[in-house]
Amino acid sequence: MAHGIFLFFTTFLASGVEAVEALTIVLAVGVVRGWRSTLIGVGVAGLVLGVVVAVLGPALRLIPIGTLRLVVGALLLVFGLQWLRKAILRSSGYKALHDENAAFREEQEAAASATRVERAGMDWYSFTIAFKGVLLEGLEVVFIVVTFGAAQGRLPLAAAAAVAAVLAVAIVGVLVRAPLERVPENTIKFAVGLALTTFGIFWGGEGAGVSWPGSDLAILAILAFLAVVSFVLVRQLRRERIAALPAEAGA
Amino acid sequence: MRHVRAFGAFWWDFIVGDDWVVAAGVAAGLGLTAFLANRDIAAWWVLPLAVVAVLVVSLRRATRS
Repeated sequence: MAHGIFLFFTTFLASGVEAVEALTIVLAVGVVRGWRSTLIGVGVAGLVLGVVVAVLGPALRLIPIGTLRLVVGALLLVFGLQWLRKAILRSSGYKALHDENAAFREEQEAAASATRVERAGMDWYSFTIAFKGVLLEGLEVVFIVVTFGAAQGRLPLAAAAAVAAVLAVAIVGVLVRAPLERVPENTIKFAVGLALTTFGIFWGGEGAGVSWPGSDLAILAILAFLAVVSFVLVRQLRRERIAALPAEAGA
Repeated sequence: MRHVRAFGAFWWDFIVGDDWVVAAGVAAGLGLTAFLANRDIAAWWVLPLAVVAVLVVSLRRATRS
């Protein structure tokens, strides 16, 4: 039960935050160049992502559970650490926070300056940008859904969480017709990075032959350990950055 | 050939990401864990420590670049 709740919320948050970024691209292109080709691009990308889940999910069930957890653990660790690393760099001020409004303006300017090439009644610029945006933002989510879902034997639950998040973001996007700048993206990415890394350690360890002390309770201990380490790293990096400022200014 | 290279570059970027140290550290951590566990040596502590080491090294590389 606890695994299921954790699975649902991690997948929901990961999908939501990527959907916010995809929405920014789609809105910018749609507003400037029209909706028909843009929405067709979104639809085709969604279809491709759905096919990847439908093919990869059942295929992963054929792999023995030990090997599956080792592979899934490795993938979740690599993805989770990348999310966590970026979130720590952003929280400590070494990397700029993702600015949806700035991204929206950039996409709008690019869409306005691109030449219009219409073939078969389609604006191929709008189609390609929307298709690429949704596909690239969605691919990582698909991997999280498939690996998370397959390792727990709950692919439908993981997929439902992703679909719910995308629908929620799409509905809010249609209502406000603007990029969702108020979504605390870095906080969500921090939480998702912690969750993915935690499960990556747990399943990767199990797949490699580890017996965790306390069995499933070890998940909570790993999560707490990683949260403390990340907090300490953010504080330390922030202190170092601030300490370096006067020296840079004086140089 | 150009498409094959672009396809490979996409997957390298997708899996390895901004810093190859992360993927290499994860592989090394999992390898050491499997090595110890297969010899009946308690290995549950390896991955949490490996993750901290990878994070510290990768963050240092990012802040110094």
